[in-house]
Amino acid sequence: MALWLAGTRGATYYTKTLMSNTFRSLRTRATAIASKDEGSFTKRQILSNRFVSRRFGSSVAGQQSDLFSSDDDEEKIQALDFPGGRVPYTLEMRFLPGSSDKRVECYRVLDDDGYPLSSAPSQHIDKEVAVKMYSGMVTLEAMDTVIYEAQRQGRISFYMTSFGEEAVNLGSAAALSPDDVVLPQYREPGVMLWRGFQLQEFVDQFFGNKNDLGKGRQMPTHYGSNKHNVLTVSAPLATQLPQAVGAAYSLKMQNKDACVVTYFGDGCSSEGDFHASLNFAAVLEVPIVYICRNNGWAISTPVTEQFRSDGIVVKGQAYGIPSIRVDGNDILAVYNAVVAAREMAISEQRPVLIEALTYRVGHHSTSDDSTKYRPLEEIEHWKTSRNPVSIFRKWVQRKGWWSDQQESEFRATIRKQVIHAVQVAEKTQKAPIETMFSDVYEKVPSNLMEQEKLLKETIKRYPQDFPKDVPIGM
Amino acid sequence: MASIFQGIGAATSLSSSTLFDSKKLQLCSRRSLSERKTSFVVVRAAGAKMDGGSSGIGGRADQLVTNAVATKADTPAAAAAASKPGHELLLFEALREGLEEEMERDARVCVMGEDVGHYGGSYKVTKGLAPKYGDLRVLDTPIAENSFTGMGIGAAMMGLRPIIEGMNMGFLLLAFNQISNNCGMLHYTSGGQFKIPVVIRGPGGVGRQLGAEHSQRLESYFQSIPGIQMVACSTPYNAKGLMKAAIRSDNPVILFEHVLLYNLKETIPDEEYVLNLEEAEMVRPGEHVTILTYSRMRYHVMQAAKTLVNKGYDPEVIDIRSLKPFDLHTIGNSIKKTHRVLIVEECMRTGGIGASLTAAISENFHDYLDAPIVCLSSQDVPTPYAGTLEEWTVVQPPQIVAAVEQLCR
Repeated sequence: MALWLAGTRGATYYTKTLMSNTFRSLRTRATAIASKDEGSFTKRQILSNRFVSRRFGSSVAGQQSDLFSSDDDEEKIQALDFPGGRVPYTLEMRFLPGSSDKRVECYRVLDDDGYPLSSAPSQHIDKEVAVKMYSGMVTLEAMDTVIYEAQRQGRISFYMTSFGEEAVNLGSAAALSPDDVVLPQYREPGVMLWRGFQLQEFVDQFFGNKNDLGKGRQMPTHYGSNKHNVLTVSAPLATQLPQAVGAAYSLKMQNKDACVVTYFGDGCSSEGDFHASLNFAAVLEVPIVYICRNNGWAISTPVTEQFRSDGIVVKGQAYGIPSIRVDGNDILAVYNAVVAAREMAISEQRPVLIEALTYRVGHHSTSDDSTKYRPLEEIEHWKTSRNPVSIFRKWVQRKGWWSDQQESEFRATIRKQVIHAVQVAEKTQKAPIETMFSDVYEKVPSNLMEQEKLLKETIKRYPQDFPKDVPIGM
Repeated sequence: MASIFQGIGAATSLSSSTLFDSKKLQLCSRRSLSERKTSFVVVRAAGAKMDGGSSGIGGRADQLVTNAVATKADTPAAAAAASKPGHELLLFEALREGLEEEMERDARVCVMGEDVGHYGGSYKVTKGLAPKYGDLRVLDTPIAENSFTGMGIGAAMMGLRPIIEGMNMGFLLLAFNQISNNCGMLHYTSGGQFKIPVVIRGPGGVGRQLGAEHSQRLESYFQSIPGIQMVACSTPYNAKGLMKAAIRSDNPVILFEHVLLYNLKETIPDEEYVLNLEEAEMVRPGEHVTILTYSRMRYHVMQAAKTLVNKGYDPEVIDIRSLKPFDLHTIGNSIKKTHRVLIVEECMRTGGIGASLTAAISENFHDYLDAPIVCLSSQDVPTPYAGTLEEWTVVQPPQIVAAVEQLCR
């Protein structure tokens, strides 16, 4: 497809035509079309027609070649017409550096003491939202504290805290609409909290009792709720990333005014699925916001041993995705960025990447002791001077929307509520034995029915060898 | 061919016994049929006889009439459904027809995979669909099997019904994480909140000198995954029927096609039909020995059957079709009649479908066996490229004849 004979006038004309066939302008064209409210079926047709024309774009460009004059030899050596756009030539052999001296800048709104840093306009947050955000952060902290202690007491088997990442959780959640589909990794319970998932529902999931939506089938913190548009957490890393593209593809097919938001950590960005997912999302032009919680550690692996790039934000650009780096401990920065990203994703039908720089104050999970591989001073520093909850509290209090008294009252109340939820969950029966065999398939097949029968018989015969708190049923 | 007709008597009695086993019937129909009460005919192929031979199968429509039955109580049994001559097509066209009919019927059905769009698929199964339904519904993906399988799963959880095509089944090894950890599990781990009605399909098996990596038998590796169903098609008729059934099923289904069977020609009914995913197909009723097989090996078995018939044997050939779960009902009835089992598969000896089937039969029908179960499989070696070596690694008709002779001594 190399076009050697593009003339001056031809070149500009050709570039314009080629540009009109690249997805960037197609996107704006599609936005123009989509803005006319023609009913969902027609829009869908239009969208799919757009794809058809893009598909055969290369042959269109090929036809254009006849229109160009074949004079200008200078033009010949200055650019290469290659699929994807015109590539300017250079006589200087220059390698792109692996990294730049200056790291990509990090967007923030508040300083470490909660003072707004510039008078630049940011998203207006009213009192209700701000208080909900702040109380959400405190609730998350309280839940983490109590449940971590419960695990240490042997009352549940496992837990993962989100200490230090409350701002990423609540700031992003607040910027989304309830229709946005969320695919979490596992350190985002704040998103569920924001959407109305109750403390009791959380704790039921941790205990795997009969009120657990997951029916006792997944580990603690591997929650999911259809009603709240949050897909169930799957333990292997990065599996949610290609699924997020699929969910976004589904939204695109149904022409919904919503996007997909998916979370992942710095370690997860090493998985192959991360790269393929970003690539797919860019090529397929689906509305998805990727939020990377770069918290510095993947269990014991620091980011310096995870990748050599400047974090994750530069990787987005490599895949053709607009990306931004934000201060993950500044809830207002996170909020602003997600609002803007969501708008971009939906109106332009494209992926957007947000890298939130934050810190994992707690251990990776209850099976980990992070003091073994990182200095205590580092943990203390982030816990005290860069604590997202304290930063925002100062801001909210200065606005007059929160007070010290409310603080102590709220913390005491929430702590009591979580403890109460734990006590209730503990006493609640476990999911009955039938749930071991249901939902494997749509309907329980005969072989599983047999296996269930066999198990029940075995339990009846040797009751002393089986737990007492699992209802057997008939 | 007279000996094949001899089997009809036995076939009808077999089919009637399975017909009125209403409890089993109910289980099958509840499991595999969609909730929508459309007036299609579900054909229980229990008694349909099959013309033997490795290719050029024709004229099955006539046999269908006598055995066409609706398993769902409220759909009318259209006995005359398959009385018209039907139309002739190749297996890959039959797959495409099934796919297209389902895409027409349900707007949520979509296809994704490499080169499935304007290229029409590497084996032309999706040819013509992209221009008709648009590039979004027939989606070309970049090359990342784990990722587009994951994408299909994500889309399915949000209400679509994707068909994920692996260009070759062997490439789906890259998708194992998504298939095992998510496809099979998420319905369960989410507490039933999200379902995954995907169909994962593609060609597998030993082809003509495609080399080791392109000759994989993935059914061995996938069979253990809880939560998925596996079926293998072998004729244009069952290819279309199984494709439709798989798409309509709310469970994730893996449909195994075979690289060498795509150009099989057959006349299939004009009327709409959907087959039962959990059912085996009686290819040739017989008395002396039960031969269980699937996919391409069915043709090797039928070729051996010709020789066996000439030698005076009467083998009963069953194409098991449903690899997970096994149709132990049909298989069991056959074993109770013949008391001898030969399994012919393309999988490797260790850990293949034959190994599992041997275990299942031993466990369930041990008392009915007059001889140990014989399983003919490929050797535990990577499939060689050289034509002669490749031929020796696949079970050939003379071996099947010898095994039956040995078994029926």
